[in-house]
Amino acid sequence: MANLRELSQQESFITSGHRMCAGCIAPVVARMVSMAAKDRNVVIANATGCLEVATTIYPYTAWKCSWIHNAFENAAATISGVEAAYKSLKRQGKIKDDYKFIAFGGDGGTYDIGIQALSGAVERGHDLVYVCYDNGAYMNTGIQRSGATPKFADTTTSPAGDVVPGKTQWRKDLTAIMAAHNIPYAAQASPGHWNDFISKAKKAIDVNGSAFINAFAPCPRGWRYNTSDGIEICRLAVDTCVWPLYEVVDGEWKVTYKPRKKRPVADFLKAQGRFRHLTPEMIQEYQDRVDRDWEALLKRSGEA
Amino acid sequence: MRQKVTLTGNEAVALAMKQLNPDVVAAYPITPATEIVQIFSTYVNDGLVDTEFVTVESEHSAMSATVAAASAGARAMTATSANGLALMWEIVYIAASNRLPIVMPLVNRALSGPINIHCDHSDAMGVRDSGWIQLWSENSQEVYDNTIQALRIAEHPEIQLPVMVCMDGFIISHAMENLEILPDQAVRDFIGEYKPQKTLFDLENPVTAGPLALTDSYFEFKRSQAEAMIQAKPHILEVAREFAQTLGHEYGLFETYKLNDAEVGIVVLGSTAGTAKVVVDKLRAQGVKAGLLKPRVYRPFPAEELVQALGHLKALAVMDRADSFNAFAGPVFTDIAAAMYGSGFETKLINYIYGLGGRDVGLDDIEKVYKHLTRIADTGEVDKRLNYLGVRE
Repeated sequence: MANLRELSQQESFITSGHRMCAGCIAPVVARMVSMAAKDRNVVIANATGCLEVATTIYPYTAWKCSWIHNAFENAAATISGVEAAYKSLKRQGKIKDDYKFIAFGGDGGTYDIGIQALSGAVERGHDLVYVCYDNGAYMNTGIQRSGATPKFADTTTSPAGDVVPGKTQWRKDLTAIMAAHNIPYAAQASPGHWNDFISKAKKAIDVNGSAFINAFAPCPRGWRYNTSDGIEICRLAVDTCVWPLYEVVDGEWKVTYKPRKKRPVADFLKAQGRFRHLTPEMIQEYQDRVDRDWEALLKRSGEA
Repeated sequence: MRQKVTLTGNEAVALAMKQLNPDVVAAYPITPATEIVQIFSTYVNDGLVDTEFVTVESEHSAMSATVAAASAGARAMTATSANGLALMWEIVYIAASNRLPIVMPLVNRALSGPINIHCDHSDAMGVRDSGWIQLWSENSQEVYDNTIQALRIAEHPEIQLPVMVCMDGFIISHAMENLEILPDQAVRDFIGEYKPQKTLFDLENPVTAGPLALTDSYFEFKRSQAEAMIQAKPHILEVAREFAQTLGHEYGLFETYKLNDAEVGIVVLGSTAGTAKVVVDKLRAQGVKAGLLKPRVYRPFPAEELVQALGHLKALAVMDRADSFNAFAGPVFTDIAAAMYGSGFETKLINYIYGLGGRDVGLDDIEKVYKHLTRIADTGEVDKRLNYLGVRE
């Protein structure tokens, strides 16, 4: 692995000057995947969402490689179609170069509206890496709750009201759902742990078949933190075990980072405006759930 | 170089697809179109085509993957019916907007609800203004011929639009008919090598496909898309003339039958035109000046040509195998009435909605329509514009 200075000088398939918000971690996710793909030719598919709209306002583009956007729920089907075209044209000798295929989608486009296309694409086993940049709500349309939104979060469709304190459900465990497809590689990563992130992205790209990465991607608008704190929030999520780092390689679960000392979930929650309304009881409920999930993950990984 | 075979409509389409040898086919099963890709998959697994066959998990993904493959620079096809097309709807528009030369056989079937697997045209009519060229077919021969021409039309450098080839579910798709086909090589010579304008596999020229177009560019994209459709007609005819040199079958924008000296006529799409021709012959024998017009190219809509062909009629019934539920008239009627307006012709127009959900349309039914037209021609009065044929009321 290159050091940070070397990485920072690497050319990326996404340029600076895109129009994502200051403090948004989604382009950091894209850039880290780009670092992992530096020796590859890639074609990228992007679901409708922040990353798509803000990087391709016609006639400008922030993408240096070939890139395609089709619609919201079909990034996985779209990358399937591109990969199928490649296989066919390559077989016929009409393409000489080798390519890898990457799809980016937000959590709305992946956990919710795009899950059918994603499930189908990986079941068919296309050679692709699907990267979900999970910012835990429909940020592009203005912070509406999604299947990835954590419990109690204040969003514009799960507002913290006098009677209902934000979202009332726990989030969907998409990484486990993807692992249950028995794909060769599924992982959960966070840009705060860049070394872990890039090596996972590299493994995913090297896999011959379908790979999935669920990437933690804080949103300063939706989560209400200072724009300079995005990576700090990424680290807090990992150190509190709210967002554990692990991978599932050919069915083998492995925790890739264990915090030396688990920090209280409250540290993560209190850093964000969307959890400002939480009572101590709610924070405790959250802590209990995170503990339960962490223990289950350790058990699954043969560590408990 | 022609060969005579006996095939169902679905078999004829599958055979045409084999001869077109698309790089990618992405499809999902739905009655009555299922057989097309089922047969095609045997060509794939027997190594008779170069196609990468993507067995997607829904029609939405079928059209999505087809759009993606076409954007990547591949010849890409899919096929569907009814609810499958409805599920594709969002991406159907994107295919046209992105100017992708996709060919899609559409086996016409009633849209739910209630659920029904039989023929009507509500599926195709729902997407008539989605920016796709629509070719309609009366029998297996026309389906075969239209499917092969569709690829050339779609890829024509002045057109670059997707083409839907429509055929009546079961009536054509599942009925055995005699037809003439071309040898594989003749089809390959006719369509030629595909040279896409752009691909996603050009490292020197990377493409951002499907960007966000805001208020300062969206309208220009749509205007140029509209212009492609406006300019398409002569090129469609050009392809037809070239095709005529292979099998000898001639195609225009529409077919007329005993229309030139007719006083009463009907406009009808698809297989019912075959039934109506028999009725025209019978009425002609009785001295009734009956005629018929069967549209082939419904999009682009050949308004001027239709008016010239129909304007001399005293009375005209436009048959719609789909209802618009607008308390006015069906879609084909609305188009033809709009085209006739201001033309100076004084043809009396009526509309018949018929055959929904596969309701059989017999000779007697069509004869009733001509009788109605004769009354209107005699009296000069339209008693009822919107009529329903063969339904219990």
